[in-house]
Amino acid sequence: MTITDSPPRAGVRPVRRRRSSDRGFNRAFRWISHGAGITILVVLAAVALFLLWQAWPAITAGGEQLATSVPRFPADTSLLAYVGPLVFGTLLAAVLALCLAVPVAIGIALFISHYAPRRLAQLLGYLVDLLAAIPSVVYGLWGFLVLAPVLTPFWLWLNENLSWVPLYGGQASTTGRAMATVGVVLAVMILPIITAVSREVFLQTPKLHEEAALALGATRWEVVRTAVLPFGRSGVISAAMLGLGRALGETMAVLMILSPGFSYSLDILAAGQHQTIAAYIAADFPESTGLGINTLIATGLALFVITLAVNMTARWIVSRRKEFSGAN
Amino acid sequence: MAQRIDVKDLNIYYGDFLAVQDVSMTVEPQSVTAFIGPSGCGKSTFLRTLNRMHEVIPGARVEGSVELEGVDLYGSDIDPVAVRRNVGMVFQRPNPFPTMSIRDNVLAGVKLNNKRISKAEADDLVESSLHGANLWNEVKDRLEKPGSGLSGGQQQRLCIARAIAVKPQVLLMDEPCSALDPISTIAIEDLIGELKSEYTIVIVTHNMQQAARVSDRTAFFNIAGTGKPGKLIEMDETSTIFSAPAQKSTEDYVSGRFG
Repeated sequence: MTITDSPPRAGVRPVRRRRSSDRGFNRAFRWISHGAGITILVVLAAVALFLLWQAWPAITAGGEQLATSVPRFPADTSLLAYVGPLVFGTLLAAVLALCLAVPVAIGIALFISHYAPRRLAQLLGYLVDLLAAIPSVVYGLWGFLVLAPVLTPFWLWLNENLSWVPLYGGQASTTGRAMATVGVVLAVMILPIITAVSREVFLQTPKLHEEAALALGATRWEVVRTAVLPFGRSGVISAAMLGLGRALGETMAVLMILSPGFSYSLDILAAGQHQTIAAYIAADFPESTGLGINTLIATGLALFVITLAVNMTARWIVSRRKEFSGAN
Repeated sequence: MAQRIDVKDLNIYYGDFLAVQDVSMTVEPQSVTAFIGPSGCGKSTFLRTLNRMHEVIPGARVEGSVELEGVDLYGSDIDPVAVRRNVGMVFQRPNPFPTMSIRDNVLAGVKLNNKRISKAEADDLVESSLHGANLWNEVKDRLEKPGSGLSGGQQQRLCIARAIAVKPQVLLMDEPCSALDPISTIAIEDLIGELKSEYTIVIVTHNMQQAARVSDRTAFFNIAGTGKPGKLIEMDETSTIFSAPAQKSTEDYVSGRFG
């Protein structure tokens, strides 16, 4: 026996007309989603305009004028020469952090998604997410109170024995408050986001592709290599870019750990060599006035441009091999 | 190349659940053996135990033995990875690696087996495998294009080329045509007919006409009800199964009375 609704009686309207409230919801939803999209553009444009507007006096002012009114502005140079070392320091810190964090993050993500027993994987997932919840000021404190003293002997050893490597040259800091320590702390800070995104991407690998590899006689590592990693490649790049964004903009931890300086030095073990834009703005803003503030905002503009450029490069890398992405 | 499979008293479990009970059969070399039966009767599960692919699911295990030319695939010193290199598999839905070109897809299994082969050897292997899968003429001008750009039927033949490139003894096919249109299905069926001179072929199919067309021997699986284990009801020459089966349930199934 089959169960059906009571049969329609004669005279009952056969097709329910679309109610006007349905159209209202449709329209409202369309406006909400459009509005959300437009808001992003407006905010981005507002920030860019603000930066340009506030940085303009510093950009147009001459070197001499800046030298008299901005503390620590070296004589006989231009704004570009002044921002240059800051940009270099920012990129150096972010690249160091990324180089340290990405391999570890991929390793953890693969372990969670393809190797660990389910319970352990869940626990590890929570722990990694927890890392992301620690405020950066705590990372800063931990970095210079705990990590710097622990790492210092290691840095000194590198400096002594491997000083021919460009990164390990110079006069190593005896307090550990150098770019190398900053790189490690930043790496720990960006590890959770890269791990979490990579793990999700790896878990999305179609079963079909993993089975294809298995049926050809692939070991677990070969399955990862032929099916999981190629599938997750663009996702891992996006994850790394998210991490890079955070590393570029990180202020508090850098400010608390790094002993600042203004040079193009690659000696990441030496103190007083580098400074990042974000930490520099935070450190000098309270004491700046007038043209000094404009100069700081000009450095902020540089950071904004770098971040945009990094993201666009990442998108370009991802789209370059779209044909092979598996999306078709 | 082709080898014979002897299955003795095989029980397949998922955890405590008995999925397939007490299967014994012999699969002859250089022939096509078809598994038919209603959905959920365990024919795909059983197929996957022939190359230990069912072990991918946690908790899956077997009792009994599966012997390939006298070697027990479930022996304690047998590596499942080695089993799968000898027993190739083609899946229900075509699954070429999307990030690889057509050429790399064909070579994927060979590269996995850690063999270093020269470019000339690789070229020959790609050509012979694609010839073997009746795909060479369609793709010879675009070997560097992604495999996912081919049509469904071409993708499935690419998967067959990939499977035979590692020169397996046995080729398992799990409903290889169920996601394909009739023209592509005919192409695959013709191919199966050609491949059986070199391989032992086992095919699971829902399509009884297909089993009748391509196979030499047919095994009918059935299930008594939900939660009960699947069983092998009977196995015989395909013509016998479809004309004069020994069991009533087989006759009911092949004549379309249920399933």
